[in-house]
Amino acid sequence: MTADSNGPAIRVRSLRKEYPGRDARVIAVDGIDLEIRRGECFGLLGPNGAGKTTTVEILEGLNRPTSGEVEVLGLSWDREPNAIRERIGVTLQETRFPEKETIRELLTVFRSFYRHGLSVDDAIARVSLETKADALFEHLSGGQQQRVAVAVGLIGDPEILFLDEPTTGLDPQSRRQLWDVVLDLKSRGRTVLLTTHYMDEAERLCDRVAVIDRGKIIALGSPADLIARLGGEHVIEFALADGEPVDPAAFAALDSVLAARAEADGYSLTVGEPHRALPALLDALEDLGRPLARLTTRHVSLEDVFVALTGRHLRDDQEPEADAGGRGRRRRKAGRR
Amino acid sequence: MLQQSPFFQLYLSRLREFFRQPARIFWVYGFPTLLAVVLGYAFQSRPPALVAVDVVAGPGVDALRNAVEAHNTKAAGSTGGPAASAPIILDVRPEAEALNRLRTGKTPLVVQPGEGSNVSYRYDPTRPESAAAREAVNDLVQRAAGRSDPVATQDVLVTEPGSRYIDFLIPGLIGLNAMGGGLWGVGFFLVNLRIGKLLKCYVATPMPRRDFLGAILAARLTFLTPDLAVLLALGLFAFQMPIRGGLWLVVLIDVVGALAFAGLGLLIACRAATTETVSGLMNLIMMPMWLLSGVFFSSDRFPAAVQPLIQALPLTQLVGGLRLVILEGAGLGHEGVLRALAILAAWAVGTFWLALKWFKWT
Repeated sequence: MTADSNGPAIRVRSLRKEYPGRDARVIAVDGIDLEIRRGECFGLLGPNGAGKTTTVEILEGLNRPTSGEVEVLGLSWDREPNAIRERIGVTLQETRFPEKETIRELLTVFRSFYRHGLSVDDAIARVSLETKADALFEHLSGGQQQRVAVAVGLIGDPEILFLDEPTTGLDPQSRRQLWDVVLDLKSRGRTVLLTTHYMDEAERLCDRVAVIDRGKIIALGSPADLIARLGGEHVIEFALADGEPVDPAAFAALDSVLAARAEADGYSLTVGEPHRALPALLDALEDLGRPLARLTTRHVSLEDVFVALTGRHLRDDQEPEADAGGRGRRRRKAGRR
Repeated sequence: MLQQSPFFQLYLSRLREFFRQPARIFWVYGFPTLLAVVLGYAFQSRPPALVAVDVVAGPGVDALRNAVEAHNTKAAGSTGGPAASAPIILDVRPEAEALNRLRTGKTPLVVQPGEGSNVSYRYDPTRPESAAAREAVNDLVQRAAGRSDPVATQDVLVTEPGSRYIDFLIPGLIGLNAMGGGLWGVGFFLVNLRIGKLLKCYVATPMPRRDFLGAILAARLTFLTPDLAVLLALGLFAFQMPIRGGLWLVVLIDVVGALAFAGLGLLIACRAATTETVSGLMNLIMMPMWLLSGVFFSSDRFPAAVQPLIQALPLTQLVGGLRLVILEGAGLGHEGVLRALAILAAWAVGTFWLALKWFKWT
């Protein structure tokens, strides 16, 4: 292809985006530097309102940065917008495609926009919707509609596919089916840029992730890297039977415990070796005379990374919106009748 | 070839989206037909209505009653064709009751025969039927008293297709459909695409934007054809409405009008991002034209001061132009037709120019 074919898929330098707000300017993206390699699946992670969607929309050419440089496949949006559009695919959050069109008709329309691309049947096969090819869009389930949106992104056989929260509001089975689509794309050597606030999704799909909070990248690396930075691989979570709260520092000094935090409903310890930390914890509680109400152990996740970096849970500000989005997807059909 | 043409694919998509929604087909084609049938029936030409007036009980009532009977006998005698003068019915009531009925609009006129040859009429001169009733009653009272008309008059009665309410209404409904089609089919449609993020999804692809807008316009003009055909056929076959001018000119005016309204639709859709905004804007534009543009009644009835404004509205020109061609047989050279085409074209060019300048794709 062109001389840039060995460069990064996406290069971003000191990207800023400000919106005029009511009182002061709202800074959605606050100086992001990023390089996404060809063939990798890259995840932008963060709570709602962190600046993920704004960043991705700038990369997709749907939004203009206030300042900073963006190169997609070595091209600039200012100079060669259509050359970029020919080579990328975009799947937005919750697109309302025409209800009375079949999947085949819809994809035929989108296929006509590209000079090169997949055949309509191939695109349908990529998202495993062969049996629904002639069904009207309105008759598909939420998960199937989302897979159609991904097929629309794939129809031009893009070198980079952008997926903005592809599984928000979907049931577990539909999520796994979409993950298979992404893994298949990765195996074909295509670049995928995915935003999500599901940590398990990022761990499962992404080669590297950038954690975004308040318009800034606060951590960047492979999921395993970021988890390793916490020092321990396990988390012990427990709650005590009724009584005075205990200072979590009392647990931090226990054997193999790396960090201790008080949670809304108990305590959370990051530990290196649970077989050493657990007996120590039980002894300590015995000494305090406080019986356990609950005790669980699990592997460290990206969620813990986020908590360690920001002191907040992703869910703290995510849940109401994510929930509304999920219901909105289903409610929307009824609302339009 | 066509498989790979964005224009053709978007055009097909628009047609599919429309024709697969039975509700929309009803509102675009069924509703105006229904409206024409109902209004055409309600306002069909009838023999002149009876003139029913109240008379205040008193000494002169009998003389008046005799005069009316003579008049009614004469009116009933003139058979064949509609009567030139309507029969008159007298309703004798006490003065207070008759005046109360006048005040509440239940009778158009109160006649009070006085002493000797003195008659007084009480009525509201701003009510046309009151003034007509006063003329009719006064006429027979004067004749009964021996008035002779020095000039011989003849009444030639004309009730032919082309001058009835239904003939006036059908061009109005054609114009109304062009307005609704442009505002709903272009404006509301585009805003819905924006709300559903589909507009964003389109512009993220290399889709040529002129093909997108071109396809919407082409679909709009396609929908116009059955639109116009249904209403013209209804007028022609169900009501024997004449089409005196060239059919091509009717089509031309309707197309230019449809483009003007498509431009208005596009202008509305420029920035609006919610259903509420676009509905408000559509009402703001449609309501004045529904009332002022002479669809259901002639816009000449509004005061002269607002006439320049009314004449500048695209619906006034579209409906006026259509009536000139359909009912009066005006050709392209007719001043009124040319003016209508020029004003509609100016609306089309102006709105498209502004809309394309301001249109927000993302």
